[in-house]
Amino acid sequence: MNFTRALAKRIGFGLLLLFAVLILNFTLISLAPGDIADTIAGVMGGADAQVLEEIRARYGLDQPFYVQLWRYLSAVAALDLGYSYYFDTPVTTLILEKLPATLLLVFSAQITAIVTGTLLGVLAAKKPGGAVSLTVTFLSLFGFAAPVFWTGILLIILFVSVFPVFPVGGMFDVTVEGGWLVRSLDVLRHLCLPMLTLASVFLALYSRHARASMLEVLGADYIRTARAKGVPERRVLYRHALKNALGPVVTVAGLQFSAVISGAVVVETVFSWPGLGTLALQSILARDTPTILGILFFSSLVVIAFNILTDIALRALDPRIKSG
Amino acid sequence: MKTMKRLSAASWLTLAALAGMSAGAGLAAADEPKRGGTLVMSVQNTPRHLNPAVQSGIATGEPGTQLFASPLRYDDGWNPQPYLARSWAVSDDGLSVTLNLVKGATFHDGAPITSADVAFSVETVKANHPFKSMFAPVQTVETPDAHTAVLKLTQPHPALMLAMSSQLLPIIPKHIYGDGQDPKTHPRNAENVVGSGPFKLVEFKRDQHIILERYDDFFIEGRPYLDRIVMRIIKDGSARAIALDNGSAHVSGFELSPRDLLRLKKNPDLNVSGQGYAAIGSIVWLAFNTKDGMTADKRVRQAIAYAVDRKFLLRAIMLGTAQAAKTGIHPGSPFYDAGVNGYDLDLERANAILDAAGYARDADGIRFPLTVDFGWETVKPYAEYLKPQLKKIGIDVTVRASADFPSWAKRISNHDFDMTMDNVFNWGDPVIGVHRTYAADNIKKGVIWSNTQQYANPRVDELMQLAGSTYDLGARKKHYAEFQRILAEDLPIYWLYAAPYHTVANAKVANPPNSIWGTCSPLDRVYLKD
Repeated sequence: MNFTRALAKRIGFGLLLLFAVLILNFTLISLAPGDIADTIAGVMGGADAQVLEEIRARYGLDQPFYVQLWRYLSAVAALDLGYSYYFDTPVTTLILEKLPATLLLVFSAQITAIVTGTLLGVLAAKKPGGAVSLTVTFLSLFGFAAPVFWTGILLIILFVSVFPVFPVGGMFDVTVEGGWLVRSLDVLRHLCLPMLTLASVFLALYSRHARASMLEVLGADYIRTARAKGVPERRVLYRHALKNALGPVVTVAGLQFSAVISGAVVVETVFSWPGLGTLALQSILARDTPTILGILFFSSLVVIAFNILTDIALRALDPRIKSG
Repeated sequence: MKTMKRLSAASWLTLAALAGMSAGAGLAAADEPKRGGTLVMSVQNTPRHLNPAVQSGIATGEPGTQLFASPLRYDDGWNPQPYLARSWAVSDDGLSVTLNLVKGATFHDGAPITSADVAFSVETVKANHPFKSMFAPVQTVETPDAHTAVLKLTQPHPALMLAMSSQLLPIIPKHIYGDGQDPKTHPRNAENVVGSGPFKLVEFKRDQHIILERYDDFFIEGRPYLDRIVMRIIKDGSARAIALDNGSAHVSGFELSPRDLLRLKKNPDLNVSGQGYAAIGSIVWLAFNTKDGMTADKRVRQAIAYAVDRKFLLRAIMLGTAQAAKTGIHPGSPFYDAGVNGYDLDLERANAILDAAGYARDADGIRFPLTVDFGWETVKPYAEYLKPQLKKIGIDVTVRASADFPSWAKRISNHDFDMTMDNVFNWGDPVIGVHRTYAADNIKKGVIWSNTQQYANPRVDELMQLAGSTYDLGARKKHYAEFQRILAEDLPIYWLYAAPYHTVANAKVANPPNSIWGTCSPLDRVYLKD
């Protein structure tokens, strides 16, 4: 089977999956008692029956379930994600408004985690029982085990309250005025803590995988051959071993990258980072069905896209892999 | 050291006395307000939009009262003050209220604010605002000239004064919102807002900030003092506390986490004040289903009330930051009657009531089971407290959690509960926020914060009608006193405490808002000291 055909097949499956995700979630949300009218009444401190009816009629919530579902799916098929009940704004606008912040956070955290995680893994693999290895194992387990919100609040207390180096939260300081460079530096300053918090979780994952994979590769015959040839140890580690050990790391990274929303919800809330996670949490709590589904639709798209990208990356790393 | 401290304390007292004397003599205050500067305020939630005429709630109220002026404003003692209306008068029969508007006032786009805008605003709020009782008796608004608006009423309506203040009656421009679009979803509710208040909108970014800028042609000469207000939306309570602690936010309203409040009080650079918010009137309570199940028996409700240790809850959970509320009217309200039975802890009496009522204990010491609901995390500890506590009087309590607010609201509003923790707001006059909880004609299935207790007492209905249709404060107090006494006896609800809303302000902030509406009031007098 050639690559383009495999790709087409995967995309086809992806689209089916997308609709399955939407139908399943629409049904699940509809099964829960209460709806957006209750939420709106809640934020308003109460409302009378007439107001509630008006809200339900405006959003078509007075229609039977299958009518609502059909309306929604046909809108999505026409690439219209609908209106947010809560904000009275198109869902696409809301998502695009929040997307850059989330991408910035997730990508920077992932890249930091992949690079440092892999390097730590390599260092740990050099001497499996040594002090470095133990420290790396301990730190990565700690990062993995500690709840994200706890790590986040701890970092806030440490670097905002005790040593006021970083700002409390948000993405930039509106009172900072200046050119492009000043603003970018300001965003960077705001990015540090949430990025570190999010990276701490992934760091553990990558360093463990890199370590295990490196240990396996270092025991291989061709490494012994390389060493016997007198290749310097650094070169053995980083050129001969690492490249071949990267496979599992890339696979994991592909999976993790796609967890754009799930990973960021807590971190974004703790750091008031104005991204998709914050929006997701709010829309779930508010029972804002179109927004929840829009975000799920979007994250499914990301998952599918990253799976395909991972395949391509693995193929580049290891020519033996055949698509299937 | 000690003497110095004492000395300085004494000199402070003298200074304070002097200041009091000079204020009494009508001299200018010692501090001259300073113009300019940016106030950074932290707010807890992203508002749906910024137009309080069609959206209630604090999230819209905090920015909304800066963007829009109302006819009246209130001080910290429930006294109405002139705002957009320089004076007002109630006719002898109580059926018309005349507002004389400030001359020369303009909207943020320069258009004059006229009586037509006032009439339009009243009509918009009446038709779209969730609190129907605010303007229900208003039949028409007459506009004899550009600066006079006369509200014609079907019955005397004492709640009107409070309903014309703060966020409840924002004066909105007719030339913008009167274009035929549904005001509830009007695009100008969230962007390019043209207001009538001291500050105009620069930018509203959901989940990030609301930036407001001084309106130079504001109708009060020289105000506001600040150039800008940046409202930063910080949902996480500890992050907000840290922002106040390290000075990156100057002020925050509606703070009520006891732990954060106690910590912030230790910071000498911060003023933590519980003054204000009486009109918001947020009360946390335990509601009973008075129609179905065991709680339909008044004696059961009274026994439960005697078994709950309010003082312990205030000490252990609220850490002493909150004030007890013995009735459904906020303790800060002039109508609050502190003399009613507060049901102080008395387990023996509780058991005796249940014994006398014939609810015998079984072999396990259980008389009957009950459920208690809660709809959000902050009231969960109270629901959980009931389980071991009511076991002492032989009631086996099951705590029922709800997945989220809508699930809880559905359950309670469909009367599918025995007891629930709840938190309901007075919103100024009892007519607006109190009557709805007890009026027999407000038992409405499916509507949260209606009379979900299904409580009905003709005398209570009559008293609400009497108190809600006279301007005589003395008579109103008398009616509401009887109303509260009957409720304390019937006990459809066991009221626990008033939510301890606090304003946390940096010491640099002069005149932090302390009116009965808290930070949901114009910040035109606030300035930043050097």
